[in-house]
Amino acid sequence: MAQAEEIIRLKNICMDYGGGPVLDRLNLYILKNEFITLLGPSGCGKTTTLRIIGGFEQQTSGDILFEGKSINRLPPFARKVNTVFQHYALFSHMNVYENVAFGLRIKKLPEAEIARKVGAVLELMNLPGYEKRDIDSLSGGQQQRVAIARAVVNEPQVLLLDEPLGALDLKLRKEMQTELKKIQQSLGITFVFVTHDQEEALTMSDTIVVMKDGVVQQIGTPIDIYNEPKNEFVAGFIGESNILDGVMHADFRVSFAGRSFTCVDKGFAAEEEIDVVVRPEDIKLTPAADGMLRGVVTSVVFKGVHYEMMVDVGGREWMLHNTLMEPVGREIGLNIYPDDIHVMKKGKIVEKKTD
Amino acid sequence: MKKRLINGPYLAWMLLFAIAPLFLVVWYALTAESGGERNFTFAHLLRVFEPIYLRVIWRSLRLALLSTLLCFLIGYPVALILTSRPFRPRAILVVLVVLPMWMNFLARTYAWLTLLEKNGLINAILSFLRLPPVDILYTDAAVVLGMVYNFLPFMVLPIYSVLFKIDRTLIEAAEDLGATPLTTFRRVIFPQSLAGVLSGVVMVFMPAVTTFVISRLLGGGQYTLIGNLIEQQFLTTYDWGFGSALSLFLMALLIVTGGILMRSRGDEEGGLW
Repeated sequence: MAQAEEIIRLKNICMDYGGGPVLDRLNLYILKNEFITLLGPSGCGKTTTLRIIGGFEQQTSGDILFEGKSINRLPPFARKVNTVFQHYALFSHMNVYENVAFGLRIKKLPEAEIARKVGAVLELMNLPGYEKRDIDSLSGGQQQRVAIARAVVNEPQVLLLDEPLGALDLKLRKEMQTELKKIQQSLGITFVFVTHDQEEALTMSDTIVVMKDGVVQQIGTPIDIYNEPKNEFVAGFIGESNILDGVMHADFRVSFAGRSFTCVDKGFAAEEEIDVVVRPEDIKLTPAADGMLRGVVTSVVFKGVHYEMMVDVGGREWMLHNTLMEPVGREIGLNIYPDDIHVMKKGKIVEKKTD
Repeated sequence: MKKRLINGPYLAWMLLFAIAPLFLVVWYALTAESGGERNFTFAHLLRVFEPIYLRVIWRSLRLALLSTLLCFLIGYPVALILTSRPFRPRAILVVLVVLPMWMNFLARTYAWLTLLEKNGLINAILSFLRLPPVDILYTDAAVVLGMVYNFLPFMVLPIYSVLFKIDRTLIEAAEDLGATPLTTFRRVIFPQSLAGVLSGVVMVFMPAVTTFVISRLLGGGQYTLIGNLIEQQFLTTYDWGFGSALSLFLMALLIVTGGILMRSRGDEEGGLW
């Protein structure tokens, strides 16, 4: 995204309901037309962040800028963002048409234009012919679409989505993931998406913001976040991983699991203690005699695409993914190549995404 | 088989206390005694439509409707205020709304008698403030006042319980779509609370239209509502046939108005009705 324009900036946002900080000096900027995901376990502050952008919560301190102007004091109805709520929050006393038309009626658009816009957005959401239907007669997936339609029909510059797919079943969720991404691209609006589902985040986002305990852990593209996690938390939260204590002897030289390896990382202090991440699918299987490490298979689980094997290497459990299976009890060799070793600084990182 | 047994007591109860009395009312309304035997007749029912009685019925309906309207106008804001309070003050306020109901119905209506008297408390305060006295005792106004006072909690509580259950995020959604607080109330909160309003209207209108105590105490001896008329037939003139016919007519009236109200929002949940 070459030099995209910034639309929202959060500056040193702190939030405290009185029981300790929920958000701690949160800094973040959001670009025009980007699909940005706030990702983290429940209680990490991602929904609070979204609600602060929407105006439903007032931050304890810090500033929120929209196109460079402070919107700290603006109530929700005066903000140029729209929200898709977690449980849809559709108006059950109105039919589908009236729900979608709600925002347009408040803007006092002429009836013909409302009809045209509602028709177009229902078309886009794959809901033509549903105008007169009662909300209660719709399935979860359809309600979800109505909720999105009701928000995007107002052509907001930013759409906030609070775990919108959480209540859908797996298959529907996957379909909606692709569809949401398509909608975002065709409408050309910024999506700020909140989820605790790392796969969802990886599938849809341009940028992922990983949060924990009200602190941003890492901001980056899905590929960066997956391949170069900045700390143990990110590595553990995104995908499966083996996280090991290690020592950085020198540039490109690291030791863990009782031996030393060549790696691609540098810039650490001599003999600095670090965390090492090795993804289960990056570990190569070899006959025991050829392995850099040796271990005994303790369990095998078939996962569809691959087998998930637990291997005991000198008293520590390693997780391996491979399309080939080794039986329980067999001694095997494990090879790990420099590209597949990710070295991280120990401890929590407070990331500042600044230019 | 087991289910039947469980239904038993309920069915017996219904038979004894709902079906049997209803049957008796119908029986007395449609029969008259002549020469030692009871014969079928429409005479009692036709009497209901004599102008003098129609006037009583009309006055009852008018006062009951007025009281219901006033209860709604006073009760809805009260319910709204209750909903917007945090937990502890809210609990206290709800108790305050219900508190008068813990007093005996007669006692609290009698209390108004003394309050409204020519030399009662209210006029004493008014004269102290050098304002003209109010003299509404034994008028429509006093009866309406008594009804509103006695039945207001029946309006507040169902509306409160429905308002309280409205999903907060609906209000947020409306604000998110650009609605000001006033628009949010008009287009989301109020429509969502209609079920409660409906319950409240029914719960106030029914006792208001049938009351005979309030009208007798605050309306004075000469004051007659349909409730007093029915009471008279049973206790004073011993014309059970006409009394039953009036009851039957009143019942039909309530069923019809109730039916119309239910029809208007038949699919609602959450109210008491």
